[in-house]
Amino acid sequence: MTAALRFDPIRLPPECEQLRKEVRAFLAEEIAAGTFSPFKPNREDTDVPEFSRKVGAKGWLGMTWPKKYGGQERSFLERYVVTEEMRVANAPTRRFFVADRQSGPVLLKYAPENIKMDILPRICRGEICFAIGMSEPNSGSDLFAAKTRATKTDGGYLINGTKIWTSSAHIADYMIAIFRTSPPTKENRRHGLTQFLVKMKQPGIKVNPIGQITGQYEFNEVVFTDFFVPEDHVLGEVDGAWKQATSELAYERSGPERFLETYYVLTELVRAVGPNPDTRSAEGIGRLVAQLHTMRRMSVSVAGMLQAGKEPVVEASIVKDIGTVWEQQLPHRVRDLAAFVEETATNRETLERQLDFAIKTAPKLTIQGGTTEVLRGIIARGLGLR
Amino acid sequence: MAESDNIVVETAEKIFADLADPQTINNDKKNSWQAPLWQALSEAGLPLSWVLDDLGGSGASLADGFALLNAAGRFAVAVPLAETMLAGWLLAQAKIASPEGEMTMLPASPKDRITLDADGALSGRCRGVPFAKAAKHFSVLAHGKDGVSIALVDASKGRIESGLNVGYDHSDTVTLDKVQPNTIKAAPKGVDQTTLMLMGGVTRSLQIAGALESMLDISVRYSNERVAFEKKISKFQAVQHNLARLAGESAAALAAATSAADAIANATSFNDEVYLEAASAKIRCAEAAEKGGAIAHQVHGAIGFTIEHILHRYSLRALAWRDDFGSESYWAVELGKLVARRGADELWPLVASR
Repeated sequence: MTAALRFDPIRLPPECEQLRKEVRAFLAEEIAAGTFSPFKPNREDTDVPEFSRKVGAKGWLGMTWPKKYGGQERSFLERYVVTEEMRVANAPTRRFFVADRQSGPVLLKYAPENIKMDILPRICRGEICFAIGMSEPNSGSDLFAAKTRATKTDGGYLINGTKIWTSSAHIADYMIAIFRTSPPTKENRRHGLTQFLVKMKQPGIKVNPIGQITGQYEFNEVVFTDFFVPEDHVLGEVDGAWKQATSELAYERSGPERFLETYYVLTELVRAVGPNPDTRSAEGIGRLVAQLHTMRRMSVSVAGMLQAGKEPVVEASIVKDIGTVWEQQLPHRVRDLAAFVEETATNRETLERQLDFAIKTAPKLTIQGGTTEVLRGIIARGLGLR
Repeated sequence: MAESDNIVVETAEKIFADLADPQTINNDKKNSWQAPLWQALSEAGLPLSWVLDDLGGSGASLADGFALLNAAGRFAVAVPLAETMLAGWLLAQAKIASPEGEMTMLPASPKDRITLDADGALSGRCRGVPFAKAAKHFSVLAHGKDGVSIALVDASKGRIESGLNVGYDHSDTVTLDKVQPNTIKAAPKGVDQTTLMLMGGVTRSLQIAGALESMLDISVRYSNERVAFEKKISKFQAVQHNLARLAGESAAALAAATSAADAIANATSFNDEVYLEAASAKIRCAEAAEKGGAIAHQVHGAIGFTIEHILHRYSLRALAWRDDFGSESYWAVELGKLVARRGADELWPLVASR
């Protein structure tokens, strides 16, 4: 076989089921206490610091990391369960999600010990928020076209340039960003970029909010003007960020957040349709559930491979490709079926409001965190076509 | 009992490679490869994998048998291996010994029904029965006034109207008219027409997933050979992205089918969770057969549309297998009803059950 794709069936171990009960109980309590509402996807309160700290106190942030950095040394499968339950409950995870999924693991791998000891425990306690500084006005999918400069100076670097589409930069305490330390070489256009830890909320950084078509302000333009970053904030090899970027992608791309972003409209459709659906609704719901179930099993399978120490980059890209296309189409398929829901359905208004928001959200899902086109390129390379 | 997960599959793959090479059998207009292949499979005990030794089989595990079916899909073998396995499995549920030779199951569609009358005779009409024409015996699930029974019937006692599915394999209509079974016993608790269709559906899902793996494989290979506009077509981004989507469909089918097989192999009963797994596998694999097969053909262009080329052995069979034991639309309706009955707040707990 040219393409040996593997998606072995994984059964979540018993400790996951115990944990799942705890997470559900916690989320139910928080909903009852009014910390957040699962029915308001377009709420203004996507940033809820109090909720972050409570999740941290439960030990559910950085839960796979070493205990000396505040982690719990639990498995990726356990983390998977926490993540999917939070998504399905529509919990306000914005403040901690990036740090937990991406930034923490980067620091674990590349930061000096003193920084790890300082920052990782605070992520685990749910106290700090991270942003990722990748895209620039003229560099999106083509990451290695980044131009924002880091110029060597006494004891560190001076940063000049602009990052854009940076989610949560307006609330972030830190950013992990790539800056240009050298020009690309003839042999390697990916050469010359370096990964840095940036402390936000300081002079020299200006964060300008950018309105989104959903009506939210979640991403930003971040302008650096002679902003100083100390030497020990370099993460990994100077000029060698390209070697570091790929291994994290499997984590970033295959999680439950890659197909559950619009899940709430499916739940609400089932509620609206009631216990005795007509044939059309039943078939529509059945297909969507079968597709959802299949993606989840693929995603869990990738989590199992990650837990086993493998790097299923192609499999993870497939999960994100299929998952994001699905969650993008989901609101439209639900809308098709909702056209036949009885006028008397008690949650009709909720369903319509959720559909409006999900339909406005949909276009971004196949763009953020690696576009469909980039993913298919990676899959094609894995197949031996490039 | 096989010693490892792989021995059954390795044995089968070796036999398929030796006696069912796709190009060789595609060139053989007289189907003279079928008898030696069946004989080799039978000598290895594979058609009765799911039948314990004391009932005449080789007693492989459910998991090993499922893996074997996936391998059979990769070779798109056109002998009643899957059908005999399923028929033997059904008989074994009622502790009925399996005879030698080809078998198939009645019914093969959730809409058809065989009834058992007070005189102990079986009647009913079953459409779309795979390989009925080749079968020496039928393994029958029948409904009587005392519940569900399982029976072994001589194929010669049924009336067969022969037909072909879109993959050119026999898919026949079988009528039993007051037929006396060779053996009949009450089905054990938990074995009914739905479980039979779910087992059949997962079998077809595994075969479709296997066929898609092969379609991906030969499509990738062809795209790396075929030159157009002075370069290999694999270098065109449009072709690359199509093949990436085919890989996605193949992966989805494989994941859905093997997950459902694993669920059944480890289940104590056919509960809602197993139902979700098995129904989803049939729905998703059928969708993948359509979408994935279309891409495989697109990549191959006109050559893949010829009877000389092997692609249709996989693409048409994968499409045909969608119809057996309940189509994807049938299972989608049934799964949708189950989800609606459980209610909105019980959907996620069902999906996240393992």
